[in-house]
Amino acid sequence: MYHKTVPYRIFNLFNTAFLLLLGLLCVLPLIHVLAVSFSAKSAADANLVNLWPVDFTTVAYEKTINNPVFLSSLWVAVKRTVIGTVLTLGLACLAAYPMSKESTVFKGRNVYAWVFVFTMIFSGGLVPFYVVIQKLGLMNNFWVLILPAAVNVWLTILLLNFFRGVPKELEEAALIDGAGHFRTLISIYLPVSLPALATLGLFSMVFHWNSWFDGLLYLHNKADYPLATFLQTVIVQKDMSSMSINPKEMELLSQKTVNAAQIFLGALPVLVIYPFLQKFFVKGLVLGSVKE
Amino acid sequence: MRGFKRSWQFHLMILPSLLFLIVFAYLPMAGIVMAFQDFKLLGGGIFGSPWIGLENFRTMFEREDSLQVIWNTFFIAALKIIFNLLAPFTFAILLNEVRKAFLSRTIQTLVYLPHFLSWVILGGILLNILSTDGGLVNRALGAIGIDPIFFLGEGNWFRFTVIASEVWKEFGYGTIVFLAALANINPSLYEAAEVDGASRWKQTLHITIPSLIPMAVVVGTLSLGNILNAGFDQIFNLYNPLVYEKGDIIDTFVYRTAIMEGKFGFATAVGLFKSIVSMALIVISYRIAYKVANYRVF
Repeated sequence: MYHKTVPYRIFNLFNTAFLLLLGLLCVLPLIHVLAVSFSAKSAADANLVNLWPVDFTTVAYEKTINNPVFLSSLWVAVKRTVIGTVLTLGLACLAAYPMSKESTVFKGRNVYAWVFVFTMIFSGGLVPFYVVIQKLGLMNNFWVLILPAAVNVWLTILLLNFFRGVPKELEEAALIDGAGHFRTLISIYLPVSLPALATLGLFSMVFHWNSWFDGLLYLHNKADYPLATFLQTVIVQKDMSSMSINPKEMELLSQKTVNAAQIFLGALPVLVIYPFLQKFFVKGLVLGSVKE
Repeated sequence: MRGFKRSWQFHLMILPSLLFLIVFAYLPMAGIVMAFQDFKLLGGGIFGSPWIGLENFRTMFEREDSLQVIWNTFFIAALKIIFNLLAPFTFAILLNEVRKAFLSRTIQTLVYLPHFLSWVILGGILLNILSTDGGLVNRALGAIGIDPIFFLGEGNWFRFTVIASEVWKEFGYGTIVFLAALANINPSLYEAAEVDGASRWKQTLHITIPSLIPMAVVVGTLSLGNILNAGFDQIFNLYNPLVYEKGDIIDTFVYRTAIMEGKFGFATAVGLFKSIVSMALIVISYRIAYKVANYRVF
């Protein structure tokens, strides 16, 4: 038994310690930001903060929560996440159901599947997309955050593969009872697919919450930005015009601590749903399959 | 006849998604004709701009900056693909040795997390901790006597930072498929090896690693399609004019030439070059994955 040998035990001890260290390395930057966000301006500016707050204060959070631009971008982000996720899931259910049928049952199935998959393989690129958005009059419109990404082909295929695993007997019983396909989808397929839908819903929520480039590209009014775009302009581009802090206050307040607070608040919803996400995503992750 | 009567419902169900794809995926594909035009957004448009044939592509292969950008993209993406395969492969094997379920689960929870945070958040954090002006990392290096490193301001260090932080973000998530493959190894193989007195190292070498190779082949082949995807979100949030020479990639270059400089036709051509190369590689790689491991998407 190798488990009992001394060299293996020594290896195992070092191995576990090493892996735990790597794990900590993955969250250390986030802990540092959290520590900075709760530290006093002077300590943060003098680079005294490591992984624990120095002179604990919540002033950076008060400032952030009282910033109307931050609040409006938060609201836009919530709206796009909720509407976008509902629309994406609805469209994915409707499209995945017929495409999960064998081509003997639904003749057009393969053609449709390729029409969907081709969009994953090839794209017109940024510029033609930008021109299309402009011609459609979607510039500076909230719906530009929703409509272009409404169909998520990747999620649709995951759901399609899941629907294939639903026992055929359930469906046949419903069809013999005279139910149409819409009825079968809603009262047979959706109830048994709830765990899969939950996983895909969480993925879609994280996607929408994290999306920032569409806001930057298609919205020109800072008040319309979703939170991720707002954070991008403030933290990465260091644009202070939307901070609503007058120069006098500016001196009192460390930009470092406010930025840290904003970074943390931006990540918070993802951190909150992360445990639920982790519970499900291992099953939902495998796109496609290796057939034995 | 019943089946035929009902198939209209199938078509109706797909229709909404199909309309979205036509407008937001296929219509832009038609827009690639701009790559062959001297496109002017105002006063020309797709129907009014003059045709210039392959002029934009010739410019792309003649301009030094666009050639440099293609090389940067390839270089960064290739290293990302290699390390995003090696790191999860190794990590999964090491994690497999941790027998305490609680410890194993804790480690997994920690390493999967960065995958779900956006590059805006992580970019903000990296700008902060990699700063030469008292950033956490340079302070730690200072403590062991190393001079501050200009991670995001010096070309080669920028490339290193981009690749290292990408692997840091994604290696945990990439581990999942390998852990699934490890769970599928037939335990009787290990039992037989035990009986023969094979050490754990020998077992790893002759059972574990060979069992993971098919999955590594699938993951590696399928990632070939990303050979020109060096990571727009990451680089856009980390780069600055100081590192354009070593760190500018096709996607950021297209964005700047189109949106900032208004050279729409040229930018479309560069984007189209990327799309075509990527498509060719995706088609080839999926064929290989299908032949070698019988992998299918749907």
